[in-house]
Amino acid sequence: MRVGLFVTCLADLMRPSIGLAAVKLLERAGCEVVFPESQTCCGQPAYNAGDRQSAQQLARKVISEFADVDYVVVPSGSCGGMIKTHYEDLMSGLPEHRVKAQWLAARTYELTDFLANVIDMNSFDTAFQGTITYHDSCAGLRELNIKDQPRKLLAYLPHVDLKEMAGAEQCCGFGGTFSVKYGDISSRIVDVKCDDVEATQVDALVLGDLGCMMNIEGKLRRRGNHKTKVLHIAEVLTGLVGDETE
Amino acid sequence: MELTSHQFKSVSSAKLKDVKLQKALYQAKDGFVVSRAKVVAELDNFEEIRQAAADVRDHCLAHLDLYLEEWEKQAQAAGTIVHWAESYEELNALVVKIAQDNKVKKIIKSKSMVGEETGLNQYVEGHGIEVKETDLGEYIIQQADEHPSHIIAPATHKSKDDVADLFAEKHQRPRLDDAEKLTHEAREILRPHFLDADMGITGANFMIAETGSTVIVTNEGNGRMTTTMPRVHVAISSIEKCLPTLDDFALIMRLLPRSATGQVISNYVSMTTGPKRTGDKDGPGAFHVIILDVGRTRVLGSELREALRCIRCGACMNHCPVYQNVGGHAYGWVYPGPIGSVLTPAYNGIENAIDLPNAATLCNQCGVVCPVKIPLPDLMRKLRERQYEKNLKSSTEKWSLRFWAYLALRPKLYSVVTRVMARAGKVLGGDSRRIKRMLFAGQDWTRHRDLPAPRGRTFRDIYINKNKTANR
Repeated sequence: MRVGLFVTCLADLMRPSIGLAAVKLLERAGCEVVFPESQTCCGQPAYNAGDRQSAQQLARKVISEFADVDYVVVPSGSCGGMIKTHYEDLMSGLPEHRVKAQWLAARTYELTDFLANVIDMNSFDTAFQGTITYHDSCAGLRELNIKDQPRKLLAYLPHVDLKEMAGAEQCCGFGGTFSVKYGDISSRIVDVKCDDVEATQVDALVLGDLGCMMNIEGKLRRRGNHKTKVLHIAEVLTGLVGDETE
Repeated sequence: MELTSHQFKSVSSAKLKDVKLQKALYQAKDGFVVSRAKVVAELDNFEEIRQAAADVRDHCLAHLDLYLEEWEKQAQAAGTIVHWAESYEELNALVVKIAQDNKVKKIIKSKSMVGEETGLNQYVEGHGIEVKETDLGEYIIQQADEHPSHIIAPATHKSKDDVADLFAEKHQRPRLDDAEKLTHEAREILRPHFLDADMGITGANFMIAETGSTVIVTNEGNGRMTTTMPRVHVAISSIEKCLPTLDDFALIMRLLPRSATGQVISNYVSMTTGPKRTGDKDGPGAFHVIILDVGRTRVLGSELREALRCIRCGACMNHCPVYQNVGGHAYGWVYPGPIGSVLTPAYNGIENAIDLPNAATLCNQCGVVCPVKIPLPDLMRKLRERQYEKNLKSSTEKWSLRFWAYLALRPKLYSVVTRVMARAGKVLGGDSRRIKRMLFAGQDWTRHRDLPAPRGRTFRDIYINKNKTANR
């Protein structure tokens, strides 16, 4: 099974361990991992800013880069949601590209969805242990129905204890450019999220999206919390975290 | 109502620092969200009902001309006098004319958001006619000389203490500190007005085409007194609030109270079909309905059409992380929250409410709770596209995103630039691995939070290098 990895621009630049962990998981599942080297960004920032033309160009680039793989796996609900639920809209009026967008959408999976529902993976090689709580990112949850998948995977880890927080489904306030354009509102929303995380007193907050991750981790640290780890689920499932990738 | 949406940024910042408001918002939030979730969970086919309701609204909007004409025909047959208003001034002037023709001195009013749009109270009072709001929340707002901050709970931004202070001052009575007693006092003050008012003004949640009725959905009973006690009743509504049949109304009513207040059914559902008939024990001698357009027809023919499905439950704002923290006044017009972020620019011109469609995380919590499935984030995104086309976006945002897209379309250049960024970011992060201060657009990030620093190398470089080593 040829599986294309769309690593996402944020993981590529900010936290490569997520990409490496995704590769490790896919290889363990027996997939042949394909990484088109020309990949960059899915186009979501432009799409959400109203720059449809740039978004369309980037979407066409992604569509052609992943034309010859069986599946495309994305370690992000947000970028996965962009490809799976918005590319078609972006190609409205361009029938030929629209069909290609639909075909790509049908083959594209968010990482935990792929592992839980396509592979049905049930054993993991990870040294990670501790108590965790899970933040449901908005796009993953409300565009792709990612809710049970990460929990199902985490339940296979014998030394990981999941403790749900209040408001796990509440937005963290990132919202892409919203986080800088309306910084003080965004900051208040993420403060509420940090309160919810801290109330659980877990060792780590686990999630599946880089945007939320940078926002919540950045806020926790600014608040003086240097203790609660913030980890991508791929990092937890493999034990590969930032430091080991350098 | 005066539009102040262009001040969203400064007003919302101030609202975040308003301790009293924050407390009131925090208390209101759980009430709405938790009680809605509870009654929605009691239905095993809520999603099917939502879809059916969305379909009914779409059908009605697609044939709005036919249903409005049918409604008018039936209403006139029942003795209702029907007026159409294309502008706010026209609606306000019609109300005053009806009042003057009937020698009205005092009007009692139950809630109407259309009336808020047109600035009806101020206009009518300017013509020497007294207007009393009788919905408790609206009464509080009128006493405080403010605007509603929420479409179904107009005074939700006020605490019990605020109301106690306000009533003590306005009623010139000893200050009370119990909500029930405060309500009782308002009731006592309002009772004589119900008895001696000459005219009642209500909104209309819906107009039912097959019967020619108007409907109001209320909880306090003031609405029913307003429709039945004075000699003249005027209902004001807008064209999109039409429903084809009573069955359709019954369907919508399974959703409206549940989505709005977490009630299975509201305390009152009042239908008015014509004035008092011979043999009726009560009711007004004359019943007028004024139906407003102002922007609706334009929206009907636009890509924002789905927004007209709205049944005004307020669930989108109750569940919105932005509204929950800044409250309704920050939005600067009649309708706050996500639906307001679409309707305000749609009705008033997109150049007059630039911030609203952008001041959203697009989390889609509004979209999933909307009882008529309005795709609110998609509509906000469409407004952003129109802003972009009309060059209404900030140049910083526009050029930084264009630069990003330029890079992202040139993979070789992109890999070099991100390589440099990853290295520079690691240096900036230092031992703490956190960037605490950035310049330019980045300062808006680091003003509020740190940025976890990049790790020094991009995934691309690590992975490609690893594969090369492995293949050697």
